[in-house]
Amino acid sequence: MARLNVNPTRMELKKLKGRLATAVRGHKLLKDKSDEMIRRFTLLLRETKTLRDEVEKDLSATLRQFSLARSLTPAHVAEAAFAMPSVSVTVDCETDSIMGIDVPKLAIASSQRVKGLPYAYAEMTGEADYSVEMVEGLLPKMIALAQSEKAVRMLASEIERNKRRVNALEYVMIPQLQETIKYIKDKLDENERAAVVRLMKVKSKA
Amino acid sequence: MQGKMAIVGDGDSITVFKAAGVSAYPVEDEKKARETIRKIAKDYKIIFLTENLARQLADFLRRFDEEPYPVVLSIPSADGGSGYGNEILKKAMERALGVDILFHD
Repeated sequence: MARLNVNPTRMELKKLKGRLATAVRGHKLLKDKSDEMIRRFTLLLRETKTLRDEVEKDLSATLRQFSLARSLTPAHVAEAAFAMPSVSVTVDCETDSIMGIDVPKLAIASSQRVKGLPYAYAEMTGEADYSVEMVEGLLPKMIALAQSEKAVRMLASEIERNKRRVNALEYVMIPQLQETIKYIKDKLDENERAAVVRLMKVKSKA
Repeated sequence: MQGKMAIVGDGDSITVFKAAGVSAYPVEDEKKARETIRKIAKDYKIIFLTENLARQLADFLRRFDEEPYPVVLSIPSADGGSGYGNEILKKAMERALGVDILFHD
């Protein structure tokens, strides 16, 4: 491992020792952070997986049903029927913090809805009614999934970044500092021995 | 802070979301989808995207992973899921943990 390019002086030694202490402490902290992030990540991952499975199962069925319903109606009629939404759904968007990462926190705020469907019964087949209802029922789950999947993705990249930091400290920074400190110590000891020998020589001549 | 939802997808089946209060943006292909998302990313907090488009736009969508909003979620389209949602989870798991704790295959 390459040592740092510094002058072998007592000043530098003191500075490097300080840096080493900081690096070791930082390494420990980051490692702890990584452990905790991984713990949270596994919990979140399982949760997301179950949500995802539920949503996928229901949503495919719903969309398929709607496709069928739509195919029974002329395209322009269907287009017109859905042109005016009867509901306006807004979502409360806050941010939550998981281990210092800002992740989205979503909740359906308000759905001011006019009772009933956005179209007249004569316009669409009854099949469509079911799918509209199912989609409305599914929406909270989809939002929950959106929230946790985003958190999973953000957490994953943060864990990756953190891992790189830990490794950089453990395998580059800390060994480098240790080696440089050892080098300076050796050099200083050598200087001291040289000084002693010189003194002895001077004394024996006198 | 309040936001709205949108859905971008191919096929007509996404119009059903309009009835539930989600704006629908039908697109034909990957290029259109990219343009649409770029345009609406600021206005909507949650964007649902059908799976086959999400798969093609994976690189483009990665930029949304850094910020909490907007949230882009891939959903299966009418012809059934292709398992892309699980793929995303799997990829995240591999990046973060390096081991498979969910799928066991």
